[in-house]
Amino acid sequence: MSDRPETPVLDHAFYKIMLKRRTALIAVLLGLAALLLVLNIALGSSPISLGEVFRVLLTGTGRGNNLLIIRDIRLPMSLMALAVGAALGMGGCEIQTILRNPIASPFTLGITNAATFGAALGLILNTNVLKVSESVMVTANAFVFALLASVCIYAFSTRAGAGKGSIVLFGIALNFFFTALTMILQYVSDSEDLKSLVFWNMGSLLKTNWTKLFIVLGALLFCFIIFYKNAWKLTAMTLDDTKAKSLGVDVQKIRRMVIILTSLVTAFAVSFVGSIGFVGIIAPHIARQLVGEDQRYFLTLSALIGAVVVALSFTISKIIIPGVVLPIGLVTAIVGIPVFLSIIFREMEAM
Amino acid sequence: MLKTENLSFSYQTKRGCFPVFQNLNVSFIPGFNVVLGPNGAGKSTLLKAIFGLLPCKGTIWYQKENVTALGTAAKTKLIAYLPQLDTSFSVLTVLEMVLLGLLPELGRKVKDEDLQRVMEILRLLNIERLAPRRFTELSGGQKKMVLVAQTLVRNPKIILLDEPVNSLDLQKQLELCCLLRRLVAETSVIAVLHDLNLAVQFAHHIVVLDGEGKLYGAGTPRETVTEKMLQEVYGVVATINYDKYGRPAISAVRSTRDVVA
Repeated sequence: MSDRPETPVLDHAFYKIMLKRRTALIAVLLGLAALLLVLNIALGSSPISLGEVFRVLLTGTGRGNNLLIIRDIRLPMSLMALAVGAALGMGGCEIQTILRNPIASPFTLGITNAATFGAALGLILNTNVLKVSESVMVTANAFVFALLASVCIYAFSTRAGAGKGSIVLFGIALNFFFTALTMILQYVSDSEDLKSLVFWNMGSLLKTNWTKLFIVLGALLFCFIIFYKNAWKLTAMTLDDTKAKSLGVDVQKIRRMVIILTSLVTAFAVSFVGSIGFVGIIAPHIARQLVGEDQRYFLTLSALIGAVVVALSFTISKIIIPGVVLPIGLVTAIVGIPVFLSIIFREMEAM
Repeated sequence: MLKTENLSFSYQTKRGCFPVFQNLNVSFIPGFNVVLGPNGAGKSTLLKAIFGLLPCKGTIWYQKENVTALGTAAKTKLIAYLPQLDTSFSVLTVLEMVLLGLLPELGRKVKDEDLQRVMEILRLLNIERLAPRRFTELSGGQKKMVLVAQTLVRNPKIILLDEPVNSLDLQKQLELCCLLRRLVAETSVIAVLHDLNLAVQFAHHIVVLDGEGKLYGAGTPRETVTEKMLQEVYGVVATINYDKYGRPAISAVRSTRDVVA
């Protein structure tokens, strides 16, 4: 699990080797992501052969409806699995970094539960917060409330004296608050609406289209670039606050930046595909074990592992019961938990 | 030469205003400066104030430059600061930890010369074999040495160290103090120490704060650390004997609060 050499060395050659291993690891995960992308395009209610997938992707022509199916449905859906996973992995990595808490994730800040409440408003009360067309009402509601939670937590984090402890507490308060509000709606709803809310909450990639994909990808890339530019400052966030300040890092400013960017990208991801939990915790956890906390690698690898985990879950969700696509959120948890536990057990044994 | 001019700081709380020091005028020389004083005298606060971590009144001068008016970038270039308590919890390797000390200069790719600088400072502190270890796996004293290395690596003009020798073993204490004394050239090291013997043996210049945050005295170790000072500032009856090499042996006899039997 470690990328450090066994024997102590007296010059920095070991560091160079370590960086090479890290780069190689990133390349491997990129390959894995590409592989899962192709696999996800091939798999579905009517399987398409891998050769045909490549032909459609490379030449833009295909047999029968294959071009249409791949271009309009499977490609955006499979890319969305990667994008959402990367967004949650990246978000988890940065939230854990600024709160210095390895079990924090974007969900700790209350964003997901706020989105669920927004969705519930649409599904149960038919409230259309943004007055948009009926078809995107639920998504728009979820986004508005996710953003509302983000603004709350951002406003809180700008207060003087808001440290990592108080931000977590505020997030917990938001979580309970929105859960309670959702429960009130559930209490008054009829069974049909209740069912659709339950399904929404399980997470689904099936309603993906290119517009949604581009929004999530845009937000993802935007945040990634900004985080990557601040990689050293973010790495310094693992230090004591005072120490980080003494290196010229504006600790408060970095915290606020991470909160607003992560909330944004999580809000998009969650409102489009529902709550895909857990990735935000496990992806950075695995990445930290593999490459440590140098953000140039930690950030990149967290995003890639997140992408691979969700893409893998998507593949599995399609093959467990042939012809049925299980909700992605559930499968992610079921696939993720054994992986996560095995890592924890291995760490305990290593101690 | 580093000087504070009418430096005042008070903690503002809901229950009122607690002054730590008022109109403090202290000078530090290039070389190894040690700040002495009893608990709560404002030693750590003084270091934080110099680095600009606290909202203070007054001015701090370095040569002819007004440090108080400097921007963050210029200030971090000029001054390095090691806090007293460090809760850093990081799985970074020691090499990466020390590399972070160069943060203002780091780019997307790490330069070889920066890595060499890191290894040099680790070698200077005799901890180069720790380089590939993870910071969290180290002992308290080893962590302290790594954090000291992180503070020194950038070669700043002013180095503020808040109790750098705490949790170090005897050998490391001596080695570190010896190193700090040798740094000199243009560097001003300002360290808070509690070990009077170390302070007297190694410091070029000693500043003593009394319990009320006032300047009690400043000067060479022999001038400042006297039996009278120990009684008035620390409230301790002590004897000081110098051996033939001029090394002090300060033995505290009793607190002045004790009733003599």
